[in-house]
Amino acid sequence: MTLLKELSEARGVSGREDEIRSILFRHIREHIDEHRVDALGNLIAVRKARVPAGAPVPRKVMLAAHMDEVGLMITEITKSGLLRFQPTGGIDPRLLLAKKVLIGDNKVPGVIGVKPIHKLKAEELEQVPKYEQLTIDIGVTTQSAAEALTHVGDYATFDTAYEELGPFAKGKAFDDRAGCAVLVELLKHDYPFDLHAVFTVQEEVGLRGARVAAYSVEPDCAIALEGTIADDLPKKKDVSPTSRLGGGPVLTVMDRTFIAHAGMLRHTIAVAEKHGIPYQFKQPGIGGTDAGAIHLTREGIPSLTIAVPCRYIHSPVALLYIKDFEHTITLVRETLRTLTLDIIRPEA
Amino acid sequence: MKELVKRLTEAYGPSGFEAQVRAIIAAEVKGLADEVRTDGIGNLFVLKKGRDSSHRALVAAHMDEIGVMVTHIDKDGFARFTRIGGVRPLGLPGARVVFANGLVGSIGLEKLEDRTKVPDLDKMFIDVGAKDKDTCPVKVGDAATFWQPFAAQHGRWIAKAFDDRIGCAVLIETLRALPKPAYDTYFVFTAQEEVGVRGATVAAFGVEPDYAIAVDVTPTGDTPESHPIAAGIGKGPAIKVMDRGMIVHQGLKDWMIRTAEEAGIRYQLEVLEFGSTDAMAMQTTREGVPAGVLSIPTRHVHSPSEMVDEGDVQDSVKLLAALLSRPVSLE
Repeated sequence: MTLLKELSEARGVSGREDEIRSILFRHIREHIDEHRVDALGNLIAVRKARVPAGAPVPRKVMLAAHMDEVGLMITEITKSGLLRFQPTGGIDPRLLLAKKVLIGDNKVPGVIGVKPIHKLKAEELEQVPKYEQLTIDIGVTTQSAAEALTHVGDYATFDTAYEELGPFAKGKAFDDRAGCAVLVELLKHDYPFDLHAVFTVQEEVGLRGARVAAYSVEPDCAIALEGTIADDLPKKKDVSPTSRLGGGPVLTVMDRTFIAHAGMLRHTIAVAEKHGIPYQFKQPGIGGTDAGAIHLTREGIPSLTIAVPCRYIHSPVALLYIKDFEHTITLVRETLRTLTLDIIRPEA
Repeated sequence: MKELVKRLTEAYGPSGFEAQVRAIIAAEVKGLADEVRTDGIGNLFVLKKGRDSSHRALVAAHMDEIGVMVTHIDKDGFARFTRIGGVRPLGLPGARVVFANGLVGSIGLEKLEDRTKVPDLDKMFIDVGAKDKDTCPVKVGDAATFWQPFAAQHGRWIAKAFDDRIGCAVLIETLRALPKPAYDTYFVFTAQEEVGVRGATVAAFGVEPDYAIAVDVTPTGDTPESHPIAAGIGKGPAIKVMDRGMIVHQGLKDWMIRTAEEAGIRYQLEVLEFGSTDAMAMQTTREGVPAGVLSIPTRHVHSPSEMVDEGDVQDSVKLLAALLSRPVSLE
């Protein structure tokens, strides 16, 4: 899990993924035959076919995991040296109060300010804070002192150390560094087709990297690898947890951005059952992934999303069950090894 | 045609699960086409060669209908669900839904705290009569549509899924009626329109047409206290000017109007303040495609019981055949 730790602690908000890209490249370079970085910053790595195919197989398969994480962007430096900001990607503002952040390339430490409980009026406790009301305190008292350390346009990330709690891993940005780590592991294995591993940018702001990457790669089919919502704490009502820790890899049937390719989904389920790998279906209708952009590229690309369930995503700290992570690697690897052209061929 | 419309509307085909509708259409167009194929997302392409093969026309109608998808089975075997496309909560309690394998469920409602508000889907569940979770015959990810028979009376038809099986029927009947189109014409029966014109997006990229027309339903303003809309049923096919997703190509729209007038087919003009069609996606594919819409006026769109006028449907076939028979003018 050292790779997940390194990726989780690294910083890469949408639009500024270079640190993540360098780490990933260092880890994959000896396992790939070609690579390129496109204009938006996607890292596209190719591992050529290394084993013979038993049956007709696709020529090119694309796997996508996004490098970017949600974060904040500094929008204004006030006269008193406090920093105003807006979110990059979806963050519940209730999570922000009194959180530690790191700002810009120099990792300037700061804390998001909050009024002490002694001074809160009863109605304020009921209210959700607005971004406009929040500021980051970097321990300076003047605008010029703040400007010496930070700039408008700097990104801020949560300052969260990775830690393992028994069989669980705790850290920030598992959405989607968990997917990135899965993809790195998958690149160490052999497949009967060219595997195009794409570490995408700007997923959290609208699947932007994946859209152009799929256009240039032109794969025969694709799988998006994700860290997805687990909302599995006990509830009063017997309703969907979206996914749950310990339930194994999460398969999407339908989310807000796509409907999974029926053949690929059937195949993945059959592989899971054959190998005794646990799996679960994500609550339909929730969220979206790079597959939403990929599957509509050019004349259409049969696509699937397979995810590691994670609690508390899009917050300063997420929790995953390490066995789910490992099962996800195994399930995707075995799904790929047995992926034939028949599975993605259009139905009559 | 009525028998075909009955079969098409009663068929099961929520977005992403169009196989049963596709099979009906594929059987109908057999022998009428020069080439039939499907693609990865499930679009059905039916090519009819034209007099001039240097140009391509694309006409599209979507096979999919709105529906629901199971999100969770509770311990007593009741299924929670989400919407596929624009399903409105108001018509759901008491409605029956049917799954791909023919299993029927009834939509039930929790006790409501506030009876003055329309409950959302999270207050509802599908009851398939299961005894508990383990023996429940449906699972998370299973999709269902309304279960409703087709009815015909005094020239008006009632059914689920006229949106857009009636468009599919118009395309099929046009294929039958059309001797030889002006251009190589792709009749594309698209998938996943109701969830974001997805089938049309990839189909238009592949066909690269010189012009495109979507055939779809349009809501009307001819019912009590309805949203003000000029179109009504029984007044002929509608030629779209604009909706929320597109402004129709001026030249193409004018050509559609001229063609209707020259062929003596009554028509209405349509400006829709909400919704859109496959033409929206086709218009912005590649370098841009002149795109228009021939709409069949339909009451109660996205409810379990939509209504069309038989004469409007017949005239839509005549208008589409007239359009495809002649060279396009985009002036």
